[in-house]
Amino acid sequence: MLLVRCPWCGDRDEAEFRYGGQADVDYPADPHQLDDAAWGEYLFVRANPAGSFDERWVHTAGCRRWFSLVRDTATNEMRPDIPRRREGR
Amino acid sequence: MVADGNTPAPPERLWRNPEPKRNYDVVIVGAGGHGLATAYYLARNHGLTDIAVVERGWLAGGNMARNTTIIRSNYLLDASAALYDHALRLWEELHEELDYEFHFSQRGVLNLAHTEQEVRDARRRAFANELNGVDAEWLTPDEISEVCPILNTSNLRYPVLGATYQRRAGIAKHDLVAWGLARKCDEMGVDFIQNREVTGFVTDGDRVTGVRTDSGDIGAGRVGLAAAGRTTLLTDTLGVRLPLQSHPLQAMATEILEPVHPCVVMSNHVHVYTSQAHKGELVLGAGVDTHNGYAQRGSVHVIENQLAAAVELFPVFARAHLLRTWAGTVDVTPDASPIIGPTPYENLFVNCGWGTGGFKATPGAGWVFAHTIATGEPHPLNEPYGMERFTSGALIDEHGAAAVAH
Repeated sequence: MLLVRCPWCGDRDEAEFRYGGQADVDYPADPHQLDDAAWGEYLFVRANPAGSFDERWVHTAGCRRWFSLVRDTATNEMRPDIPRRREGR
Repeated sequence: MVADGNTPAPPERLWRNPEPKRNYDVVIVGAGGHGLATAYYLARNHGLTDIAVVERGWLAGGNMARNTTIIRSNYLLDASAALYDHALRLWEELHEELDYEFHFSQRGVLNLAHTEQEVRDARRRAFANELNGVDAEWLTPDEISEVCPILNTSNLRYPVLGATYQRRAGIAKHDLVAWGLARKCDEMGVDFIQNREVTGFVTDGDRVTGVRTDSGDIGAGRVGLAAAGRTTLLTDTLGVRLPLQSHPLQAMATEILEPVHPCVVMSNHVHVYTSQAHKGELVLGAGVDTHNGYAQRGSVHVIENQLAAAVELFPVFARAHLLRTWAGTVDVTPDASPIIGPTPYENLFVNCGWGTGGFKATPGAGWVFAHTIATGEPHPLNEPYGMERFTSGALIDEHGAAAVAH
């Protein structure tokens, strides 16, 4: 089981979290300007690297807050620094 | 019907291990089940034999060695039922055609319904199957007990209210399937290049002219990707963005037991699927680990959840010892249906996104992918499965529509 570092609660078992996929996928600033291909890309396509990946987690069984961390998808190694809280956005 | 124990003696050699030529008409990336079946049907149906199947590990050592071998075609949607039942019909004749016994055992699959909504959905799926020519029956709990006496239908938190039953479904010995296909391909002149990782492509405008590997380029008239969880690592090098996420998918096996489990049982609601392999192991699996990952390992709580479900459904399993757990890397699409078709590069084709359900489709995927590569156009069965559906919105939303664990 992964040990996930919540920025508010500290290191907790993966089972307390839900996964949110790639981080920093923003809603398009002006969706009406997007053609079908760009809209489909926004809806469906995410990065899928074998290596360093910025990703979202939510501490569902704890503080219930979202955060971003960096994990290597090939090794599951995570950065030891405090995950990003992404506040004020 | 369960454990016959008659696996053939290991053969001396089933395929050559040649040095690659400089060029091939067709290069297939990935010598898993789908890559092997594609090479087989390219030769059998389209007369193409100047084929290399290039594999980063050993033949059939990825997901083909890690799946739970369930074969069925009881899908709700027309496009899915057509594709998977075509595969099932090919399974029914494949071992004779390959002259290689791989113990395809049509012992039937029960898909359990534990809630009133699941009953409605499952009966709807059974009716849809009948209309599509796919065999399907609805069984009451008493009838389920006749098919699978060890299944606990009433004394559990989510009682079994009924099940769909597809008698033609079953299991096969996955390694033997791969070896039978590989032997036949080799006889027809296909080269298997093992321990050679494809890392990218040689391109000329909007054509690929070869594949780059970790020890030199191999020229190709056409390239087909059958690389499962590692597909996007290749397509990303061309700037072709595919809607795939690679996840760990775990499975597990117990010690070898006397024949006790006569069929395949799948439960989406308590989420486990089980069968007993020919040799006697109970084989279990469920869904993916939710995070992306290429490590070929998953988390233990996922195993714990499905073992809890298995023991509730099959109290007799409680004292079986779990011997092995393992994981593969599966590529999942947003609609949980595969992508099979052309790419923006005119001679590059993809067969990917099979997620957790690729093994059952092995011959069918090979058949339609071979057609796509040979003719440049999708076969009618995989026409709905092109990547353009994620632009048009014409998704094949089997996952949401039927909530079927693949």
